[in-house]
Parts: sequence; C-alpha cells; structure tokens
Amino acid sequence: MAEIAFARPESLHDVPFHYCPGCHHGIIHRLVAEVIDELKVRDRTIGVVPVGCSVLAYNYFNFDTQEAAHGRAPATATGVKRVHPDSVVFTYQGDGDLASIGCAEIVHAAARGEKITTVFVNNAIYGMTGGQMAPTTLPEQVTVTSPYGRDPEKVGMPIRVCEMLATLDGAKFIARVAVNNPANMAKAKAAIKKAFEIQMSGLGFAIVEVLSTCPTNWGMTPLEAVAWLEKNMMPYYPLGIFKTPEGVAK
Amino acid sequence: MAEKILMKGNEAIGEAAVVAGCRHYFGYPITPQSELIEYMAKRLPQVDGVFLQAESEIAAINMVYGAAGAGARVMTSSSSPGISLKQEGISYIAGAELPCVIVNMVRGGPGLGSIQPGQCDYFQATKGGGHGDYHNIVLVPNSVQELVDYTILAFELADKYRNPVMLLGDGALGQMMEPIAFPQGAAAAPAKPWATTGLRGRKEPNVINSLHIQAPDLEKHNIHLQAKYKTIRENETRWETYKTDDAELVLVAYGISARVALSAMEQARAAGMKVGLFRPITAWPFPYEALAPLAGKAKAFLAVELSAGQMVEDVRLAVNGASPVYHYGRLGGMICSPKEVLGEVTKIMQGKEGK
Ligand SMILES: Cc1ncc(C[n+]2csc(CCOP(=O)(O)OP(=O)(O)O)c2C)c(N)n1
Ligand code: SF4
Ligand SMILES: [Mg+2]
Repeated sequence: MAEIAFARPESLHDVPFHYCPGCHHGIIHRLVAEVIDELKVRDRTIGVVPVGCSVLAYNYFNFDTQEAAHGRAPATATGVKRVHPDSVVFTYQGDGDLASIGCAEIVHAAARGEKITTVFVNNAIYGMTGGQMAPTTLPEQVTVTSPYGRDPEKVGMPIRVCEMLATLDGAKFIARVAVNNPANMAKAKAAIKKAFEIQMSGLGFAIVEVLSTCPTNWGMTPLEAVAWLEKNMMPYYPLGIFKTPEGVAK
Repeated sequence: MAEKILMKGNEAIGEAAVVAGCRHYFGYPITPQSELIEYMAKRLPQVDGVFLQAESEIAAINMVYGAAGAGARVMTSSSSPGISLKQEGISYIAGAELPCVIVNMVRGGPGLGSIQPGQCDYFQATKGGGHGDYHNIVLVPNSVQELVDYTILAFELADKYRNPVMLLGDGALGQMMEPIAFPQGAAAAPAKPWATTGLRGRKEPNVINSLHIQAPDLEKHNIHLQAKYKTIRENETRWETYKTDDAELVLVAYGISARVALSAMEQARAAGMKVGLFRPITAWPFPYEALAPLAGKAKAFLAVELSAGQMVEDVRLAVNGASPVYHYGRLGGMICSPKEVLGEVTKIMQGKEGK
C-alpha cells in the first residue's frame, strides 16, 4: 500500500494562504495545525488570532477561532479559557501585536499562569502595515519608520520576549525556534507540541517564539531573507529552550 | 418576589448579575464602583463562577469579548476613565455582535476628574464612544431597585439582540442604600450556536470576528446592524412620565437627576405651577417618539442633568423647535438640589428665563 507522505492536516482548511512568497507564516500555521491534529484536540481547540499579516488565520484554521483586537489576544484567550477550562486555547501573534501594543496583555497572561499557549511570530517588523519598525527590529535595521536604521540611542534595543517572560513564575514553558531549515522546523514543531502539552496538563502558560521572515518588507528574495534571518536575527535572538517544567540545563 | 433587604447600589448590581445567571466577571478597580468588583470577587466563587481582576480595563473588556464569544453571560464594570479605556473593546464587541453587560458608574470628568457622581458620559454611552457605526443599548436606572431590575434586563436584552448593553448609573446611585427585592431569576440565556466552544462534534467552525476586509461585505454587515438597531428602537425604547398631561413645563431627566427633578416637580405643583416630568429609561434608544407629542402641549422643556448639556441635545431633537428647551446642570461631580431646580422652574414659569 502506498504511504501518504504529505497531506493537508485536518486542522487546516483546503484553501491557499495569502502570504507572500517566502513568508514563514504559512509554515508556522502548518506546524500548529499538525500539532493539533497529532494531539487529537481539534474538536476542543479555540484559536485566538491577531491583527497583523495573520489576521485572516481564521480562514485557514479548521476549528473555532476568535479574531482579537490588536495586541489583546492573550486577554481574549483568557476570557475563552475561563469559560471553557477543558478546551485548548492558543494565541497566534506577531511581534508588533505581542511585544508592542499588547505587551501588558502577554506579560499578565504569563504572570497569571494562564493555561493557554502562545505562538509568537517574530519577523522584526510590522508586516501588515508596510514594514514599520517593531520593538523587535534590530539595531541599524532600516524600516520605513527607521529610514536611517534603528538607532538604539533614541529608541532603545530590541525586546527579547522569551528572556523577559522567563522571569515570571506563571510561564512554565518558553522556547525560541526558527523554521529556516528542515532540522529547525522539526525542533519548532516539537516545541509547539510541548507548549500545547503544558497547557493540557494544566501547568500554566507556555510560549514559543518563532523567528520568521518578511521578504516583502525586508526588501529581499525569500532566500536572501532566510540568510538575513540566520546572520542577523539568530545571534541577537538565540534559539533554545528558556524554561521547562523539568528545568533547563545551564 | 422575595422579601425586601437593604443593599448598596453597587452591590445590588452584583447580586442582580448573579440572579441573571452571570458567572463571569472581569474588571479593574476604580472609584466609585469598587464595591461592585469587590462584591463579585466574594460572590462569584460561591456560585462556581469566575472572577478575575484584569491588569487594565483594556484587558478586562477583551476578556469579556473572549468570554462572550465563548457563549457566557459576562459582565464588566468601571467608572468614567476606565470606560474610556474600554471603548476599543466595546466597538469590537458591537462589530462581532457579542452579548455582554458593561456597567458605568459615572463620575465627574474630563480626565481624571473627580470621584463624585456625574452624568457627563451620556454622549460617550449613547453616541458611540468607540469607532464605527454602532450602538450600545443604554439603560439608565434611578433607584437601587431599578439597578437590580435593569441589570437583569440588561443580560436579557444583550442575549436577545447579541449586543452590548450598558447600565449607565452614577456614583450616587452606586453608594446609595435602599430596600430592594430580587426576582427569582432572569429569562434563561438562549442557545448560542454561534459561540466558539470548540467544535465538539459540530462540522463547521465558528468564528468570532469584526473584520470584513471587502468594503461591500462590511457595508452589508453594517446594513444588518442598522436593521437590528431599528428593531431595538421599535421594541425596547423605555420611558416614564409623571403628570405630563396638563404640564406647561416638562422636566426631562434620567437617573439620579430624575429623582431631584421629581422632588422639584412636586414642590412646583404644590406652589400651583403645572410642571411634569419625562424620564427616559433607555438613553439609547432615546424615547424621541414619546417625547415629541408633548411638544405640542407643553410651553417649554427643561433638561436637568449632571453635565454641561448632553441629553438636552436629544430633547431638542425630539421637540424639534416646537417649544423652547432649557438646560440646567451641575458639573464636575456636584449634584443639584430640588431647590435649585425649583428656582429654574420658577424663572421659566414666570417668563424670566432669557435664554
Ligand atoms: C489599535 C490598532 N493600531 C494599529 C493598527 C494597525 N496595524 C495593523 S497590523 C499592525 C502591525 C502588525 O505587525 P506584527 O504584529 O509584527 O505582525 P506581522 O504583520 O508582522 O505578522 C498594525 C500596527 C490596528 N489594526 N489597530
Ligand atoms: S508582508 Fe511580510 S509578514 Fe506579511 S505576508 Fe508578506 S512576507 Fe509575510
Ligand atoms: Mg511582525
């Protein structure tokens, strides 16, 4: 019997993504969908999607979703989870959404140990609105609102979300991953799966930051974008697990 | 109806919410409504409910969005500065057509203002507040018993129309103690097949959303909302009249001001002046059609409110130039006395009001 090597996860609708060529949002959606399928929780999953390029994620995910206001997904997800404690609730958020306008909501969801999972897509830029500076934009990085390059003297250094949230007791699992090559994709999926399992075992808050590309607003080809991510983002945003219930070997 | 008990306004709202079947509350402390959040903190765990103190009013209203979208009867409460922070979420809730109850125990403004009672958030409550073409249903009780009755009604209307309902009170009503009785319960929440509960066997996913990225789709959604608002106007407009039949001067007042105006009216009657009172119970929808016919009969109208003149604009719309419309208000957290209102009434009746 022939084996199916690649099939659409049930947790994804059979529609094409609207993302630009080389954008990692589509890959990350797929990983989330595969994890939900594998955990067999599609029937009780409620996704909360952000304002950003993934604003239409509710058209892609084949389970219940809520579209939250910009940055407020962790609060919205809190409301959902408190009504249906037996459900599996996650937020999917960009870096502008999570680390800028929604900074308070993510910090407090983590501090409360809210039993939700956050998938945080860091592409160092505001993709949807046309490439403005994000709190995660790297020093010297040129964007349309940092046309001379991000000047840390004036606007500070980029926020490392995982490291910041790792100080909070309520956050039980924190990892930073990338999907720049197949090996990292496998690690990313494993981290996302773990983050859902942490929620399902009732331990507390879990977040996976995924370093991601925005070829369009970075002004690069998809391949250049991956190379730029590896050369510039990875050194400042080191991959790894920052916190697990089992403890992290230092 | 059970026997009467003595209760503070803010706490009465909390118990009424519990009677109405509300089991989820998200809020942030602010004077003069803190007794309400404190009551919910104590009471909801006793009925297996969820009380959560949010990190801000912004978070609280977005928790309400999530919980309402998940199918719960849910409430938040605040006072003026906090309600300003909730406006973004209220607009999303209206757009996504989610039922919820928002309590505003108004205090003097603008800015940090004062902690004393005001009615200066009328525009915000009835004319939008947040962005977009939407309306809250706005109930304006004038006693602790009405706080109870209209809190329960608020949950029923919210579910009936899938619309945010605001209970617009003020610091005085919240602090006031009066004997009240609680009804046995509210109409049970209707089935919510649209709620995001997780699929749980359902074939098509539910989506809670206020985004309609194509303009023709958004126009269609807005036309649907407007049709709903029309139905609400036709069916849910509420008001009360006192001695307006032979009134030469009609006072128009809501909430705490209606009580002051009622006393002034009685004193005026005792002095032989033909004065009546028109009291809106829904500030949105405003009872224009009920007020308009009085314009042909009464010689003048006097809006009494704790603001520089907000509801008076709706009175003018209803009266539509048929009679003069005057305004009397105290500002910044000051309450007007019946004597002051009687003074205004006397001036108008004697034709000395020059405005
Ligand atoms: C309150 C509010 N402010 C601003 C916007 C405009 N806006 C939409 S998306 C966005 C930034 C999104 O960037 P990010 O979260 O990094 O997501 P990405 O598009 O990069 O995936 C902004 C500022 C908005 N929709 N709402
Ligand atoms: S603009 Fe950037 S983040 Fe948005 S879809 Fe295109 S590549 Fe992806
Ligand atoms: Mg981004």
